[in-house]
Amino acid sequence: MELICPAGTPSSLRTAVDAGADAVYCGFRNETNARNFPGLNFSPEELAEGVTYAHRRGAKVLVAINTFPRAGAIGLWHQAVDDAVKAGAAALILCDIGLMAYTAEHYPGTRLHVSVQAAAANVDAIRFYVERFNAKRVVLPRVLSVPEIAAITRGTACEVEVFVFGGLCAMAEGRCSLSSYATGLSPNMNGVCSPASHVAYEEQHGTITSRLGGFTINKFGSGEPAAYPTLCKGRFRTDLSTGYIFEDPVSLDAATLLPGLRDAGVTALKIEGRQRSRAYIENVVRSFREALSALDEGRPIPAGMLRPLSEGQSNTLGAYRKTWR
Amino acid sequence: MTPSHTSTAAFPAFVSAALRPLPLGPLQLFLSAVLRRIVRHHPRIFDRLGAHAGKRYGLAPSDLPFAFVLHTAPHAPRIVVVRSLPERLDARIAGPLRALIGMADGSFDGDALFFSRTIAVEGNIEAVLALRNAVDDAGVDVLREGAAVLGPLGQFGEALMRHQRNRSTADRPGSTASGSGEASSWN
Repeated sequence: MELICPAGTPSSLRTAVDAGADAVYCGFRNETNARNFPGLNFSPEELAEGVTYAHRRGAKVLVAINTFPRAGAIGLWHQAVDDAVKAGAAALILCDIGLMAYTAEHYPGTRLHVSVQAAAANVDAIRFYVERFNAKRVVLPRVLSVPEIAAITRGTACEVEVFVFGGLCAMAEGRCSLSSYATGLSPNMNGVCSPASHVAYEEQHGTITSRLGGFTINKFGSGEPAAYPTLCKGRFRTDLSTGYIFEDPVSLDAATLLPGLRDAGVTALKIEGRQRSRAYIENVVRSFREALSALDEGRPIPAGMLRPLSEGQSNTLGAYRKTWR
Repeated sequence: MTPSHTSTAAFPAFVSAALRPLPLGPLQLFLSAVLRRIVRHHPRIFDRLGAHAGKRYGLAPSDLPFAFVLHTAPHAPRIVVVRSLPERLDARIAGPLRALIGMADGSFDGDALFFSRTIAVEGNIEAVLALRNAVDDAGVDVLREGAAVLGPLGQFGEALMRHQRNRSTADRPGSTASGSGEASSWN
């Protein structure tokens, strides 16, 4: 299985390659990708330099252009496709069918990967992308169990990529409106979930209050691990109780499921975290490179080693093991 | 092995007490020289800061009796040593000095330091992220830049600090004492 690793900056790209990534995914410095955070991402020139660096070391660079173009502004997204192809990207990660059509028509030799933002979660949807746009790979949304993934790989010849570590979207990606509701900005259209421009932290007597767009998302008591101010992982008071309604503030860690994912026919394993530092990328990539070596050699796979880097300082298997059913 | 982000060692209280009566002037001169070197060696920081270049950041080492105001004006960046941070700042970042330096040189992850409550951030979070990402991309080795300013004495001090840092990191479970130092980070 290939190891697909995140990079938010040129330094992170080099770090990921050096740590053992088979491929690195990244995006441009604008709203064409779903990690449009301040200080992150690549200029076309930086991308070309990154591609050269990766190629010299046997790694590939995939470019995420995985937001839905705004009406009347399609030129920005077309330019991103043109720049990525020109820079030598090994594949484009897309979610919008119009952009897939543009890419398939203008660059038929370019590999097209279906982004998780497309939320293609069944064989019929994947078949559509393959037949219509010659998609080579689909990144599955984080709502499927391992047996459900196995059923999909049996039903399609398209390569399947799944997330194995990092921030966990608890919703059907590309269709979540929680961030838009609170801030007017969303990962789907603007490339930002819970944008920093709308985030506020306030500390009083050891308690941190996190707010998003004026909504109180959580309060962390003294010494309690903190988390991102996302609505889906907020702690709310209702008539029934106070607690996490959708999901706890945890990160995905599916290292222990690698044998099952391999047996399910998964082609590639994706690490989330383009917004994270070089320290995160180096540690997570090295850890999963070691896990894959252990898998190949029949050794036990180390578990829980990445908890210090995880949101809320804890991990989950997410939907891969749907204990709530 | 992944470094612990839960227990970034702070200086002992007696260090803070010993430093408290000292005048700030010499430290001000030293840090200004360090900043000039950093800006000269990492000019792309301001490109990554983008619209946030020019913001004023308060950096508060929680284990030292003083703090710093960093003004990121592209043509005239400066750092000012203060006894306590002023009210009018764009953002504040507080935590042990080791954590703040480790974020700059890439040995700590900022989000993880935030999750573990090792650091705290307040103010304009966009500006905080822009600075964090710009500095992380640049890979600012604060210890090396500081040592270079001090000359031969600084090189000895740098070696000593790296030795201490690696030893304390190796003592912690799940640590990676490699490269330029320990590991951990915040956001």
